[in-house]
Amino acid sequence: MAWLVVFFVVPALIVFVLAVRPSDALGGAGEGWTLDHLQAITDETTRGIWWRTLWIGIVTALACVVVAIPVSLAMARAGGRWRHLLLLLVVIPFWTSFLIRIFAWKSLLHPQGSISQLMQWLGVIDDGGVLLYNNTSVVLVMIYTQLPFAILPLYAAAEKFDFTLLEAARDLGASRWKAFTAVFIPGIGRGIGAAALMVFVATIGMYVVPDIVGGTDTEMIGNKIAQRVQGDRNLPEAAALSAALLAAVMVLLGLGWWNQKRAQRMEATPS
Amino acid sequence: MKRSWWPGIITALVLVFFYAPIAMLVANSFNASRFGGQWEGFSWKWYEKLWEADDVWEALRTSLKIAVLASLASMILGTLAALVLHKFRSVLQKAHLGLITVPLMMPDILMGMSLLLLFVAMSVPTGFGTILIAHITFCLSYVTMVVLARLQDFDFTIIEAARDLGANAWQTTTRVLLPLLAPGIVAGGLLAFTLSIDDYVITFFVQGAGTTTLPLRIYSMMKVSRNMPMINALSTLMLAVTFAVVGLGFWLGKRGAGGAAK
Repeated sequence: MAWLVVFFVVPALIVFVLAVRPSDALGGAGEGWTLDHLQAITDETTRGIWWRTLWIGIVTALACVVVAIPVSLAMARAGGRWRHLLLLLVVIPFWTSFLIRIFAWKSLLHPQGSISQLMQWLGVIDDGGVLLYNNTSVVLVMIYTQLPFAILPLYAAAEKFDFTLLEAARDLGASRWKAFTAVFIPGIGRGIGAAALMVFVATIGMYVVPDIVGGTDTEMIGNKIAQRVQGDRNLPEAAALSAALLAAVMVLLGLGWWNQKRAQRMEATPS
Repeated sequence: MKRSWWPGIITALVLVFFYAPIAMLVANSFNASRFGGQWEGFSWKWYEKLWEADDVWEALRTSLKIAVLASLASMILGTLAALVLHKFRSVLQKAHLGLITVPLMMPDILMGMSLLLLFVAMSVPTGFGTILIAHITFCLSYVTMVVLARLQDFDFTIIEAARDLGANAWQTTTRVLLPLLAPGIVAGGLLAFTLSIDDYVITFFVQGAGTTTLPLRIYSMMKVSRNMPMINALSTLMLAVTFAVVGLGFWLGKRGAGGAAK
C-alpha cells in the first residue's frame, strides 16, 4: 500500500508544482530578477483590460444567476420524469464541444447570418450591420457558455429547499413576489454564491470567447496572456499576468471555501 | 396554492437559447448556401469538401491518439487516487483532495500557462508528449471525482468476505474490487475522452510544431469565413459522435446502478 501512496503524491505534486509555477517564474526565463513586468502589467492599456475583464465577469455572473434562479425553481418543482429530462437538457451542453457552441453564435451573428438578416429585414440595424466584435457579443456568448454552470449549483440548492415554507409565507399574507424574494432567495443563498463565484472565475479566465466573437477593443486578460505566449513570446510578462490572475482566482476560491465552511459550522451548532 | 408560470416560461426560453444555435448549425451544414442567411436547398457538398480535407483528418487522428492515451492513463491514475483518498483520511489526503478539486475550478488558461512554464523550465520541447502530459493532468481530476463518487456507496464488507474466504490482496483487487468499480472507471474514462478531444485552450499553450489536434485545426479554420460551411458539417459529425458517447456513458451508468441495487 505504501507504494500506492507514493504513486499518488507524485501526480498530485505535479499539479501542485504547476499551480505555483507562475509565481516563481517572475523574471525566471531571463537572467536575474526584475520587477519590470510588474510595471508592464499595471500600465495604462493593461489597466483598461483588467477593468474590462472585471466588468465582463461581473455582468456575466449577475446575468447568469438572475436567469438561473427561476430555472432552478422550475426544475426543483418539476415532477420526477420532467425533472430528469430538464437536468439532462441542462447537462448536455457540457458535453458538446465548447468551440462548436461559440462557432454556432459566430455564424448566427455574422453579417450573412440568420440573426443579422432578421434584424436587417426588421430595420433594426443597417445593411451589412456588424453584430460581432463588440462588448455585447462577447457578454452574450459568455452568458451562453456559462449559464449551465450557474444552473447546476442553484438547482442543487433549490432541490433541498423546503417548498412548504413558500406556502406558509403565502398563507401569512405575503404576495407571490414577496414570498419569492423574502423566503426562496435567502433559502438558496449559498447556491447563489457558489454559482456566481463559479461563473465569475471562469469568465475572467476566458480567452476563446473574446478572441472569436470579440474585436480589438474587447480584449480581456486571457487574450493578453495568449498574445504574450504565442504572439511575441514574452514568457515572463505572460507569467506575471497569469500570476496576478491566479492570485485573484485563489483568493476568490479561498473566500468561497471559507464561506462554505462557516455555513457548515453554523448548521452544525444547535440553535 | 396557484403557482406562477414565470419559472416555467423562463426555463423554456433558456432551453431555446441553449439549443437553437446548435440546431441552426446542424441545419446549415446541409444548406447549399455559403452563409446561413437563406435556405438554398439541401446539399451534401460541404460534407464532400470536408471528406477531401486531408489536414482535418490528420488532426483528428492526432486528437484520437492523444484522447485514447490520456483517458487510459487518467483512468489508471484516477482510480488509484480515488482508492487512496477513500481509504485514508489523514491531513495529507485532505491536501491531496484539495489538489484534485482545485483544477476543476481553475480557468484553463492558467493551467495551460503553468504547464508551459514547467516544460520551458525543464527545457522539454513542446509537441505530442507535452500535449499528452497536459491532457492527463486535467483529465485526472475528473476521473478521480467520478470514481470517488462510486466508492462512496461501495460495500467494503465484500472485500473482507473475499479475504476471509482465502483470496490474497491481488486476487481481491482484480477479481472483486475492480470489476465492481468498472462502470465508474469507464464512465470517468469516457468523460476524460470527451474532455481531451474537446480541449483547445490548454493544448494551445503546450502545442509544438508538427502536432495539430482537431480543436487547434478547427480554430484556425474559424478565422477564415470561407471555411464556415465546412466547420458546420464537421461540427454536426462531432455532435453526433458526442451524443453517441454520452448515450453509451449513461447506459453504462444505469447498468452500474442497477447492478449495485441487486
